[in-house]
Amino acid sequence: MAYDKFTILKSTAVPLPAENVDTDQIIPARFLKATEREGFGDNLFRDWRYDVAGNPKKDFVLNDPTYSGKILVAGKNFGSGSSREHAVWAIYDYGFRCVVSSFFADIFKNNCLNIGVLPVTVSADFAEKLFEAIEQNPNVEIEVNLPEQKITLLSTGDSESFDINEYKKDNMQNGFDDIDYLLNMSAEIDAFEASK
Amino acid sequence: MEKKTLFDKVWEAHVVKSVPQGPDVFFIDKHFIHEVTSPVAFLNLEKRGIGVKYPERTIATPDHNVPTVEQDQTIKDKLSRMQVERLRENCKKYGIELHDLGSAHHGIVHVIGPELGVTQPGMTIVCGDSHTSTHGAFGAIAFGIGTSEVEMVLATQCIMQSKPKKMRISVEGELGPGVTSKDIILYIISKISAAGATGYFVEYAGSAIRNLSMEARMTICNMSIEMGARGGLIAPDETTYNYLKGKRYSPKGEAWGQAVAYWNSLQTDEGAVFDKEYAFDAADIEPMITYGTNPGMGIKVKGTIPSLDGMEGSNKKSYLKSLDYMGFQPGEAVKGKLVDYVFVGSCTNGRIEDIRSVAQFVKGRKKADNITAWIVPGSREVEKMAHEEGLVKILEEAGFELRQPGCSACLAMNDDKIPAGKYAVSTSNRNFEGRQGPGARTMLASPLTVAAVAVTGRITDPREVFNN
Repeated sequence: MAYDKFTILKSTAVPLPAENVDTDQIIPARFLKATEREGFGDNLFRDWRYDVAGNPKKDFVLNDPTYSGKILVAGKNFGSGSSREHAVWAIYDYGFRCVVSSFFADIFKNNCLNIGVLPVTVSADFAEKLFEAIEQNPNVEIEVNLPEQKITLLSTGDSESFDINEYKKDNMQNGFDDIDYLLNMSAEIDAFEASK
Repeated sequence: MEKKTLFDKVWEAHVVKSVPQGPDVFFIDKHFIHEVTSPVAFLNLEKRGIGVKYPERTIATPDHNVPTVEQDQTIKDKLSRMQVERLRENCKKYGIELHDLGSAHHGIVHVIGPELGVTQPGMTIVCGDSHTSTHGAFGAIAFGIGTSEVEMVLATQCIMQSKPKKMRISVEGELGPGVTSKDIILYIISKISAAGATGYFVEYAGSAIRNLSMEARMTICNMSIEMGARGGLIAPDETTYNYLKGKRYSPKGEAWGQAVAYWNSLQTDEGAVFDKEYAFDAADIEPMITYGTNPGMGIKVKGTIPSLDGMEGSNKKSYLKSLDYMGFQPGEAVKGKLVDYVFVGSCTNGRIEDIRSVAQFVKGRKKADNITAWIVPGSREVEKMAHEEGLVKILEEAGFELRQPGCSACLAMNDDKIPAGKYAVSTSNRNFEGRQGPGARTMLASPLTVAAVAVTGRITDPREVFNN
C-alpha cells in the first residue's frame, strides 16, 4: 500500500552491531499469526528484548533509554533468512524509517523498499564510524538525504553516498508502490500472458 | 550468437518490460500461497478495490501454522485458526485452488507443488516463503517474496525485479557412502558462508549433482537461500522428465513431447559466462552438521568447532555469542555430545526418500532413551506412501512419533516446539536462535545422520554405525 514519502531524514540512531541478524530474531515466527499489518512493533526483537516472563532485558539496546531515533544502524548481513515482510512491518511499526548496514540480505532489502523503509548500504568503514560516534555520543544526529543519495554523520560532517535505483528512489520520494505502476500496465501484461 | 545460461534463458522469457534505470516487470507463471504471508495481501486488494488477475495461476495450502495432530478437528489455537479460515475464505472468494487440511494433496507448499506437477522446467515460480528456491531443482526460476509482492502477483501476475548476478557451483565426482545431498549443501554453505551468495542466483552443476534424484536435488536448491542466494536451479534432464511424467498437471500426449523439446533447450550454453564460479570435489564431502546459529556454521560430524584464531572485533563477538547460545566451546569436538530431540521433516527433508532413508537405518533398532523423535511427513501423499511401504510401522517400533503434515518444528509456529536449552538434531534448514522454539538449540544434518543420532542418543557419524 502507499506509504509516507521519504526525502530527508535527520535523526539520532539506535546501534545494533550484531552480525547475521536473521528475520527470526527481528520477529519470531510465533508472532506471525495476525491477519492484519498492525502492532508488530511490540514484538520487534522479542526474544532479545524480553525474557521468558516478558520482562525487558536491561542489556538490550531497545530497552536502553540512552538510545532512540528513527534510524537503525545494524551489523553486517542484516535481515537474512525468512522472507517474512512482517520483519520490516515490525521495524516500521516500532518507529524506524531507515536501516543502515554494510550488507543487507536480498529479500529483506526488497521488502524494505516495498513498504517505505529506506535501506542504506554503506561501506564497512563508514558503518564502523557510525557505531563509534553513537557509542561516544548517543545524541549524535545522522542525516539521510535520499534526493542526493547521501548519508552524513552531522557531528563530524563525514559523509558517504549510497546506491538506489532511479525507479525505487522515485517511488520512495513520492510514496508510490509497485502495484500503482503494474496496474497501469494491465494491457501489456494481458498481451504477454496470452502469448504464453 | 550470445552464449546464455539456463538462468538467462528462463529470465528473458519472462520480462514483460524493462524499466529504464530500474527493475524488470517480471511475469510469474505459478504462485503458491499459504496462510501466514497471504492475508494482508488479500486485505490490501480489498482496500484498493481490485481482484485477482489470474486465479488459475495461484495454488494455496495451509502449512506453516497448522497443528500436526488431530487435523480433522477444529484448530484449537485461535490465531492459527483465523489464518487458515481466512485462507479458505480468500480462495473461495477469488476461485483459487486450495489443498486444504485433510485433503489428498495437503502438505508443505514446496512438497506438494512438485508432487502435483505444478512445478515444471522453464517456469517462474514465487511464494511468500524464502524456501521457494526448492522448485529450482526442475530448472525453474523460483524464489521467495514478501507480502507486498504477493499482493502484486495476485493483482497483476507480475513483480518488479532487478536481474540478480549469476553464480555457478559445480560439484564433480562421486559421493562416498553415507554422504547425501543435504551434506553437499551444508558443505557448500560452510565454504562460502551464510551471506556468500547474496545478490546471486545459483546454478548447481557437475556430475555429483547430475547423479542425484529429483528429491535430493530439491534439498540442495531449497537451501540456496541459506547462503543468501535468491534461488538456485539445476538444468532439467531425464531424471526431471521421469519424475514429472504422469503427474496431475504435467503436460499429456502431444503436449508432453513439445514440452520436453523446449525443456531440453534450457541448458547453459557452452562458454556462457557467470559472474562467479565455485568448484568442489564430491570426494571431500563427508556427513555434515551445524554447530552455531546460522547455516554457514557447519563442520564434518567428526570435526571440531573452529577456534578463535584470526577472529577479531564484531566478528569474534558474534561468533562467541552464537557458541554461548549453543552451549559450545571454540575448538571442541561435537561428536559424542548428548542430544534431546530429533526432527525429521520440513520442505528440506520431509519427502518420501528422506523417510525411507531414516526407516532403513532404524529398522530393527530402537531410539535411545534420552531422545524424543518426531517424524513429520511433508505431505499427505508422503504420509500415505510411508504407510503403504511399511515405513511407519518400522519407525513406530523404533520409538519415533509420527505426526501429520506441515512445517511443524522447522519454525515452531504451532505447538511443535523444542524446549529452551534442549538440543535438537534436525533435517530442517535453519539453526537460528529460537527457530525451533525460544531457547532451542538446533543442529542441522541429513536424515541419515539424524537417524544415527536417534539410535545412539549422541552426535554420531552415521558411517560408524552403518553395519552394526
